[in-house]
Amino acid sequence: MQIPNGLDGQGAERHGRDKPLLSVSGVSHYYGDRIGCRNVSFTLYPGEVLAIVGESGSGKTTLLNCISTRMEPTTGEVTYRFRDGSVKNLYRMGEAERRFLMRTDWGFVHQNPADGLRMTVSAGANVGERLMAVGERHYGRIRETATDWLTKVEIAADRIDDQPRAFSGGMRQRLQIARNLVTHPRLVFMDEPTGGLDVSVQARMLDLLRGLVADLGLAVIIVTHDLAVARLLSHRMMVMKDGEVIETGLTDQLLDDPQAAYTQLLVSSILQV
Amino acid sequence: MYVAVKGGEKAIDNAHRLLADRRRGDPEISELSLDQISGQLSLAVDRVMSEGSLYDRELAALAIKQARGDLIEAIFLVRAYRTTLPRFGYSEPIDTGDMKLERRISATYKDLPGGQMLGPTFDYTHRLLDPALAGETVPDAPERRFEEAPEKPMRVSDILAGEGLIEPDGDPSGRDPADITRTPLEFPLERETRLQALSRGDEGFLLALGYSTQRGYARNHPFVGEIRIGEVEVEFEAPELGGASVLGRVQITECQMVNQFKGSAKAPPQFTRSYGLVFGQSERKAMSMALCDRALRAGELGEDRVAAAQDEEFVISHSDNVQATGFVEHLKLPHYVDFQAELELVRKMRAEHAHRAENMQEAAE
Amino acid sequence: MTLQDTGLAAYNFAYLDEQTKRMIRRAILKAIAIPGYQVPFASREMPMPYGWGTGGVQVTASIIGPEDVLKVIDQGSDDTTNAVSIRKFFEKTAGVETTTRTGEATVIQTRHRIPEAPLKEGQVLVYQVPIPEPLRFLEPRETETRKMHALEEYGLMHVKLYEDIARNGHIATTYAYPVKVEGRYVMDPSPTPKFDNPKMDNCAALQLFGAGREKRIYAIPPYTSVVSLDFEDHPFEVNRFEQPCALCGAEGVYLDEMILDDKGGRMFCCSDTDFCEERRGEAESVSASNGEIV
Repeated sequence: MQIPNGLDGQGAERHGRDKPLLSVSGVSHYYGDRIGCRNVSFTLYPGEVLAIVGESGSGKTTLLNCISTRMEPTTGEVTYRFRDGSVKNLYRMGEAERRFLMRTDWGFVHQNPADGLRMTVSAGANVGERLMAVGERHYGRIRETATDWLTKVEIAADRIDDQPRAFSGGMRQRLQIARNLVTHPRLVFMDEPTGGLDVSVQARMLDLLRGLVADLGLAVIIVTHDLAVARLLSHRMMVMKDGEVIETGLTDQLLDDPQAAYTQLLVSSILQV
Repeated sequence: MYVAVKGGEKAIDNAHRLLADRRRGDPEISELSLDQISGQLSLAVDRVMSEGSLYDRELAALAIKQARGDLIEAIFLVRAYRTTLPRFGYSEPIDTGDMKLERRISATYKDLPGGQMLGPTFDYTHRLLDPALAGETVPDAPERRFEEAPEKPMRVSDILAGEGLIEPDGDPSGRDPADITRTPLEFPLERETRLQALSRGDEGFLLALGYSTQRGYARNHPFVGEIRIGEVEVEFEAPELGGASVLGRVQITECQMVNQFKGSAKAPPQFTRSYGLVFGQSERKAMSMALCDRALRAGELGEDRVAAAQDEEFVISHSDNVQATGFVEHLKLPHYVDFQAELELVRKMRAEHAHRAENMQEAAE
Repeated sequence: MTLQDTGLAAYNFAYLDEQTKRMIRRAILKAIAIPGYQVPFASREMPMPYGWGTGGVQVTASIIGPEDVLKVIDQGSDDTTNAVSIRKFFEKTAGVETTTRTGEATVIQTRHRIPEAPLKEGQVLVYQVPIPEPLRFLEPRETETRKMHALEEYGLMHVKLYEDIARNGHIATTYAYPVKVEGRYVMDPSPTPKFDNPKMDNCAALQLFGAGREKRIYAIPPYTSVVSLDFEDHPFEVNRFEQPCALCGAEGVYLDEMILDDKGGRMFCCSDTDFCEERRGEAESVSASNGEIV
């Protein structure tokens, strides 16, 4: 069913969609003399999924860390449009504001779920933590929301009091996703989210991610070395090599008609499979 | 009727009287003198001075006697006395290059200017109990190499530094030293602050941590560049007296280790330093301290922190034996109020558990 | 210095030298200015072991004057060994008057309890604190916990309470129950039973907390809001005892359980021994009472 256009909130949302959510301009990071990434600029719009692809050492994780405030870039700036419409430079914000942003409006899904979960507290508390961090003080509601999210990521509700230590790799990753999405973030960073999983589990995880991203209208920046992941999830792609962006474009077009020789090589290597 | 226990005060007095009696031991046997302790148990005295952070052989001997030979208790006594002393200022840095040596060895050179000097070491003794020591003995007079004042050989680290083979040492000039007895620790620490904490840290704890680095938990390929034991002058700058005056001499043990090299695109490879310094004669402590110092420099030298010995908060927060023994032993104090609260809760939870089991039983029937 | 010079006479009033007292008083003033914030201070070695009240003793030594009247309790009692030992320490080093009566004391040093009788303006309650950091067992690193306090990131504290409820059906913290002071800092009330938490709220007396080994001082100024952390649907509750004190008949007070024999015989009586004795004294001399309330 179509939602009518006249609703106020919807109108404001649509209006907001015309403006970039995240703008990255001239971001470089050096490790001493060595280049991590160099002079990267792009904009990301609400609800858009951008894949950053490249082999290991290409600078894609460095770039992800620079734009998600996990590592300060050597030069360049990153601005973000807040829910109230204000636009701020991430590296001029105070640490308190930045950390608040990271646990409310943003999410970060690590390749290794143990890096993003508290392994010694229950699944319910893992999902509930962000709610409690922003002031939710009703145990029943926290639990209800947690149960709801576990179901959404296909974890049985009766596992709510189990610790992630007792979960399989795929379940841990789904739990990490639920933990990130519970505050309805607008932007989620993902670092090889299917990287550590078996091939059979990967496919299911990609389906789940695709569904959630579409349902929630999430903007996502996903780093992957796997073109198949980029093809399934992303609208746009950025190809990196030796710290620089060598090609960008709509995912379908870029995969159909790669321009750079390196991209052609990457694409041909997956098409043979 | 039961009446709440009374008489804590009397019990404490009586306990102290009994302690005094047990400390004295058999009154038929002559009492230890402080001279005997400082003269014949001198390494115990050294440890108490070192970890008590107070250079006074007589007070350390008294503390050992009062503590019945429990060295951590003795360290505690010395610390509690030291802390009440007014602070007039800080001495000038001592110059270990100007040390009047009694022992000096290097493991990195077969021979070197000034030579290897073994000094009074257990190193090459056979550890056989010597029944002769059970009685009174008069040892042979020691040989003295130098009749006059001995020469002052160059430090091994200075020899390496002359060639640029080892990283430069820190330069402390122009500012007051940190003082962990006057300023609360704030992590992360400067290296000088860390070294102070290590120097008064527990010998056993640092020994175990240093040992762990050798067994692969943060290996740093150490060589003993030099260990020197001897006396140095302590100078104090008092403006009223117009310049520095010598307060006296203290015996110290210094260990300079030479460790795995480090280089970068800009700087050529160099050995790195680590350092141990304690009052009196204690190579074990000085060496352990140097191993820990090197491990704790991991962050500064861009190494991954993977082991306990590299974790500054862990090592420094737990190295002080006076703090550690106090907190461990405080578990002896009454905790019955908190225990009562836990007791109530456990009873309540057990009752709830039994109630649930009953309900399930009924439901099943 | 020879040993003969170093008798007790060489120690200052209340043991600590005046330089040290000034340093501690500055820390106390800062603590009062930022209620619930842990102020680092250069804790001294004291002549009693760490963990046995060195923080409380340093705070008391820094604020006590010759006119003060001191009361020392441990587990609510004036007569437990450590309370006796600390009281004697101040009798010896400061020569101050001591008392067991809560109402008469100007300074009360305590371990693990808050007196039952309400405290008054002008009184100071000094707590001995073993681990001042309420987040310590959730996050062992000082560098991280300081940041969490600075940024008011207390979600983790509620995660712990959530886990309690999920596992046990209720919050299973019975002592050292965390509180929020003046709507800002989460604070450890020292290992007092949570029964005593409500007494901290809006208290007329100044409450000072000293942690010697951990080198921290914190404070709750008079009439400050102190709220025990909880959930709306699992509100903070204090433990209630089913029976009154077997000695004085008091209800709504904290009781100690006394084992009477090896056949399960036990009785419950006031943990606050002074409170209990005063009540019993009053009961005996009801007729003689001239209405003087202490």
